[in-house]
Amino acid sequence: MITTQPRQIASAYDVVIVGAGPAGLAAALGAREQGAESVLIVDREREAGGILLQCIHSGFGLQYFKEEVTGPEYAERSLEAAIEHDVDILTDAFVMDLTEDRRLVLMSPEHGVVIVRAGAVVLAMGARERTRGAIQIPGTRPAGVLTAGLAQKMVNLHGYLPGRRAVILGSGDIGLIMARRLTLEGVEVAGVFEIMPYANGLGRNIVQCLQDYDIPLHLSTTVIDIHGHDRVERVTVAPVDEELTPDASRAWDIPCDTLLLSVGLIPENELSRTLGVRMDPLTNGPMVTSAMETSVPGVFAAGNVVHINDLADWVSEEALIAGRSAARRVTGNPHPADNIRVIPGENVGAVVPQSVSSDRPHRISFRVNRPILEDAVIKLGDVRRRRVRALAPAEMATINIAPRLLESFHGDALRLDAFAAAEEG
Amino acid sequence: MRYDVAIIGGGVVGCAIARALSRYELEVILIEREREVGFGTSKANSGIIHAGAHAKPTELKGPLEWAGNQAWGPLHEELGFGFKRVGELIVAVEEEQLDTLEKLRQQGVDRGVPGLELWDGEQVRAEEPNVSEDIIAALWAPTAGVVNPYEATLLLAESAARNGVTITTDRTVTALSSDDEGTWRIDTEEGVAYHSRFVINAAGLHSDEVAALAGVGDFTIKPRKGEEYLLDKRLSGIVSRIIFPCPTPTTKGILVIPTVDGTIMVGPTAEDLDDKTDTSTSEAGAEQIFRSVQRLVPGISRKDVIAEFAGLRSISSTNDFIIGPTAARGFINAAGIQSPGLTASPAIAEQIVGFLDDEGLKLRERDDYEPTLPHPARFAQQPLDEQIRLAAADPRFAHLVCRCEHVTEAEVVEAIHRGAHTLDGVKFRARCGMGRCQGGFCTWRVIELLARELDLDVTEVTKCGGDSWIALEREDVADPTEVAPVREEVPT
Repeated sequence: MITTQPRQIASAYDVVIVGAGPAGLAAALGAREQGAESVLIVDREREAGGILLQCIHSGFGLQYFKEEVTGPEYAERSLEAAIEHDVDILTDAFVMDLTEDRRLVLMSPEHGVVIVRAGAVVLAMGARERTRGAIQIPGTRPAGVLTAGLAQKMVNLHGYLPGRRAVILGSGDIGLIMARRLTLEGVEVAGVFEIMPYANGLGRNIVQCLQDYDIPLHLSTTVIDIHGHDRVERVTVAPVDEELTPDASRAWDIPCDTLLLSVGLIPENELSRTLGVRMDPLTNGPMVTSAMETSVPGVFAAGNVVHINDLADWVSEEALIAGRSAARRVTGNPHPADNIRVIPGENVGAVVPQSVSSDRPHRISFRVNRPILEDAVIKLGDVRRRRVRALAPAEMATINIAPRLLESFHGDALRLDAFAAAEEG
Repeated sequence: MRYDVAIIGGGVVGCAIARALSRYELEVILIEREREVGFGTSKANSGIIHAGAHAKPTELKGPLEWAGNQAWGPLHEELGFGFKRVGELIVAVEEEQLDTLEKLRQQGVDRGVPGLELWDGEQVRAEEPNVSEDIIAALWAPTAGVVNPYEATLLLAESAARNGVTITTDRTVTALSSDDEGTWRIDTEEGVAYHSRFVINAAGLHSDEVAALAGVGDFTIKPRKGEEYLLDKRLSGIVSRIIFPCPTPTTKGILVIPTVDGTIMVGPTAEDLDDKTDTSTSEAGAEQIFRSVQRLVPGISRKDVIAEFAGLRSISSTNDFIIGPTAARGFINAAGIQSPGLTASPAIAEQIVGFLDDEGLKLRERDDYEPTLPHPARFAQQPLDEQIRLAAADPRFAHLVCRCEHVTEAEVVEAIHRGAHTLDGVKFRARCGMGRCQGGFCTWRVIELLARELDLDVTEVTKCGGDSWIALEREDVADPTEVAPVREEVPT
């Protein structure tokens, strides 16, 4: 993997980007292409690329690179593009503090603790995994309970196994990918358990990672107890009712030495909160304009730090916008301010961005709260209606909006609804 | 060799005794069954230094609680563990509880506890704006504090060790016998035997079994489980004092605790058990705790939980501390140390020193006794210019390991060099893995540092000793003869 450790850190940059995953790397490219002269990316890992580096499976890049590649290949291409555009990338480093006037305190073993000023900042910290504590699984606290992502890092980056027989709780994509990965490594996967009545990962992963390997998926079932003193010895699982309450009378025990958790991602917003940007309780990320700017002027955000994406490709596309907007700001050529808010309506969990402008086209991303199994309708105010085959909470959906659709719209907010065509009336 | 004193049990009580004895020219050994000291009940303690007013004067607990309370300030100065005298509010929500508050106040005043005040609801809410509107009064006790119990235990042991006490871990005592000359022989499951003139029984949950080994098993210990839930730092500051409900005869109730590190912790439950190994948490426990604390501080909810754990209090059949010499010559109990045991532990240690003196052990103070420890560097808590200076002097201070708690490589390495052998050992000393991501980011970094500094293979690194392994070799790279059989089998 290519790395570029800058020999020295300048005291000021046009754009400083926090995080060198797909969002940070694409933001850097966007910023340079749009005219930012000096761009620095800071990342806490030893190598740039983010979580992509441990995603050694394929399935990335079909949209963004028009070609299917693996995670590390996707990272390498993004990194090469940034390097070709003379972006400084500082890895093994950490942003300790960020103030409203865009002063960053960085630490790095090579450069010590340094202060850097930025014309614009892009937050691209990604997400972290929800843990056992967050979902409060009862039981003992032995070794062998870990997030699917940590297991993925152990196996794919360091070459060690997390155990010999695993149960996976949660059908998020990382859990599904790890079910297959562990099976290929000779670890027995006793099953994947999902508390919801539907899977949380992408449909293609259910097929390619579970069905192809005969790994059972138990819907409406969850882990209600963990046993073992030093190391996990077994877990108790039980079916749940419609209120998600487990029925202990129908519980059963599964011997295993490992419990992997794939129970969701949380946008990584410690720095954003320190800065005081306005947060959207629905996404757990910063509220952003169509230019991907947060409520703090000059501070932009993109990728999983804003909202959890299913595909790295979408992250990169969104981050290009954030990077370009950051460069527009420092070159004195910003987009006009947004004039229309976008509000989640019927069966819509959250929308990004939370506002748009009528001067240029936008893409609005959202997730539904409940699945619509067939013939779904997406409705954006009275200006756009789109019929799609189906909508599921596990799969992010999008709707585009163009200036011509807004020509006769004079309101200040558009409501986004999703429903089954059959229910319309 | 023959030791002068052997302490069985490396919880906070055993470690406080070891440290108290390290002032004297004595040969002392502490024998602990877990991989590191404090890994039993002490690590799961609520970390409250009680104000001094709670325990009844008729019990041993009473005077020891107040004496212990006053010892924590100087100990904190000397050893550097986290400790803050934040004070406590015992709140009443019903008229009939006002009597209890007044009784507690009088009990404290009689004992000499300063600063006790009865506040009305208005005053409580003026000082703590996030507490419930239903609170009508409170007893304010400024002498209460919070401490990191695991850190205090580790540093008491480290201080004892630096002053010559032998700390031995991974040793489970299986037999005790004394000869005609008054020497005890202590046998362990691991096949190592120790000899000592005095034996101090500080074996916590197992102190009844240890007393029985010495032939003086005239009490029993039952575990009383307490579940605790640690909340996200986002709630930091929702209260700045410990909030107690009005106590009942059996329990001090479920508290809201502002910990030394700025997180909020809620708990504990109080559930009597038979199984001395059952440290599981439960759905029922969580429900009880959150129902209860929401009556005190309505802004607290289950969605803010980042970690949960449970500990087992040692409840003796006398329901009081059992401290003192026994019918077996040279065998002294420090048993049944339930709440307020952590608070009382420094006072218990001094009492044990007194008993040893009474029994004829010659206590001559050492000339070279060093009461202070170098205080662990806390990079994240330093002002910016100090951080710049530290990082310039040692680049490991500019290398992040734990991103939730902002712990640097220099701090982790220091923790390992000061005795951490396990992931939990590093966590309890340096806070790696205690934050909201619960080790998702730092676990592998800490494993690598443990392996590097202790010259271990990463597969030998454990969470907390014993069979708590974390990583296995892959099949295709492993030499099958090197895979320990115990790891190959899935226990059922």
